[in-house]
Amino acid sequence: MSAQATDITPAPSSKGAIRRRLPGSLAWHLGSLAILAVILYPVVWVVGGSFKKSEDIVGSLDLFPADPIVDNYTSLTDGIADISISTFFVNSLLLAVGSVVGILISCSLTAYAFAKIRFAGRNLLFTLMIGTLLLPYHVLLIPQYVLFRNMDMINTYTPLLLGKYLATEAFFVFLMVQFMRNLPKELDEAARLDGCGHMRIYWSIVLPLCRPALITSAIFTFINAWNDFMGPLIYLNEPGKYTVSLGLKMFVDQEGLANYGGMIAMSLVALLPVLAFFLAFQRYLIDGMATSGLKG
Amino acid sequence: MGTAVTHAPATEHLAKDSEPRHGPVKSPSPTALARRGRRENLAGYLFMSPWIAGFLLLTAGPMVASLYFAFTDYNLFDAPQWIGLDNFSEMFADPRWRHSVQVTLWYVVVGTPIKLIAALGVALLLAQKRRGQAFYRAAFYAPSLIGASVSVAIVWKAIFSDDAIVDRTQKIFGIDVGGWTGDPDMIIYSLVALTVWQFGAPMVIFLAGLKQVPRELYEAADVDGAGKLRQFWNITLPMISPVLFFNVLLETIHSFQIFSSAYIVGGGAGGNACGPADGSMVYTCYLYVQGFENSRMGLASAMAWMLLVAVALVTAVLFWSQKRWVHYEEGGR
Repeated sequence: MSAQATDITPAPSSKGAIRRRLPGSLAWHLGSLAILAVILYPVVWVVGGSFKKSEDIVGSLDLFPADPIVDNYTSLTDGIADISISTFFVNSLLLAVGSVVGILISCSLTAYAFAKIRFAGRNLLFTLMIGTLLLPYHVLLIPQYVLFRNMDMINTYTPLLLGKYLATEAFFVFLMVQFMRNLPKELDEAARLDGCGHMRIYWSIVLPLCRPALITSAIFTFINAWNDFMGPLIYLNEPGKYTVSLGLKMFVDQEGLANYGGMIAMSLVALLPVLAFFLAFQRYLIDGMATSGLKG
Repeated sequence: MGTAVTHAPATEHLAKDSEPRHGPVKSPSPTALARRGRRENLAGYLFMSPWIAGFLLLTAGPMVASLYFAFTDYNLFDAPQWIGLDNFSEMFADPRWRHSVQVTLWYVVVGTPIKLIAALGVALLLAQKRRGQAFYRAAFYAPSLIGASVSVAIVWKAIFSDDAIVDRTQKIFGIDVGGWTGDPDMIIYSLVALTVWQFGAPMVIFLAGLKQVPRELYEAADVDGAGKLRQFWNITLPMISPVLFFNVLLETIHSFQIFSSAYIVGGGAGGNACGPADGSMVYTCYLYVQGFENSRMGLASAMAWMLLVAVALVTAVLFWSQKRWVHYEEGGR
């Protein structure tokens, strides 16, 4: 992966490092492993628990049962409140993919204007944009709800998607602006001398070079949309439209205690897409996070 | 990249149409410069138009509306009735509201420092180049991605309930307080544990900051015989203070807004919205209850504005304080 190139650190000065290498290394690995154990415990717990009988899940200290069962998973095929699990997954997938498309288009256009076009009022708008980054979402919660309710959009996906197409996620605009500012200026200056307009420069020069930032934004958007709970909780009220998060919450409320094992299994299944994304793209995620904190 | 190239002809066409009479102007006369400036303005606002629409429709407009609702009695069905400061006086007199403020402040004040200290500590450990560093970094970061999910909240509730691992472990040390999630006084600490578990996100940012500290500084300090602790205090901390500031700011603001995990670990729904005896009734939970369960949109808007004021105050204090402890290198911002 090309992102690795950013990782170059000057080699540690050799003298001190060699002297303490062996015991230091051992302590380092022990420390790291201890932290890893704490970090991983809940994840291993849920994997193990999903193969236990419901009554053994909470109390038993064995991480994995001696006689694993798959009943918890097979019980999921019954669905939740007569709705098939796959419905929730399709709904979540629709929302997540729709969010990704919106964020990629709207945030990259906005970022291009901030990074590459000198227009009157740019600095003021940029300050406003950064300001929205710090704004607590809850201030907007109620008036937005009232707005969408007046437009008869409750129980549709529009309230959950519209903001993504209007670049309201300032974090991704910011991420892309940072990335675009670091692209060599010569490229778009040369293109402008050749008579290219902004649309052409944006599409053929800047966007292809921004691929890492676009990938980072896409994955974060997908994961955030997948995990989102408050948005769907407020705007969706018909179980057939529920996302995985809401479906899971409904599971807890309706049959959580009766089918504890099923609930644990469903929790794990709901996490799988996020974990898969993480395993496939962790470089992009971590590098994206890392750059967000620098040069702020 | 391949797709970008194949699409190019179409956009070239578009770009040329939108920019007439551009080519031959070589020596820019004042009028040409002005024309160019106007064209840049137009292009700028065209590219920005989605954001501007979003800002007006979904941010600025709602903020104004919210401020208005805060002074009204509004139940969604009847038109808002202006009641002046009544929402605020009701809020301040409401013991449940004060309780939610207390719970939230406690969560922020306890959780954020522990999380950041853990993040910095582990970042210092991982900053040493050793085999497996990238693996550990990725593994420690993973909880930050799933921590906000309903799944993890469910797992958390189970792990911290009676007779589960945490309860049994503390019994070994002779602490018999039962599971944390069933206890009004303890449930908030299970939420603190949940946020600390997600120390990976600030850790990654700390790591990036640590990588930028010039090695020569440590070498010079080694020559001068400065110990590790002094090096940390006099070199590392000042050098990473911008990153530290960024993390403190973001983590604090986020902590104030905790909702999903409190709502689900605490039980959710109905009269028992957030934890036994309101143990995990954080501010946003109460806001949700008042707004969406009790249909008190005016009161909830007033609560939201109080949250905004609190967050703005904390932000202002942090920005004011950074002059004293955040060191920016020349050239940086």
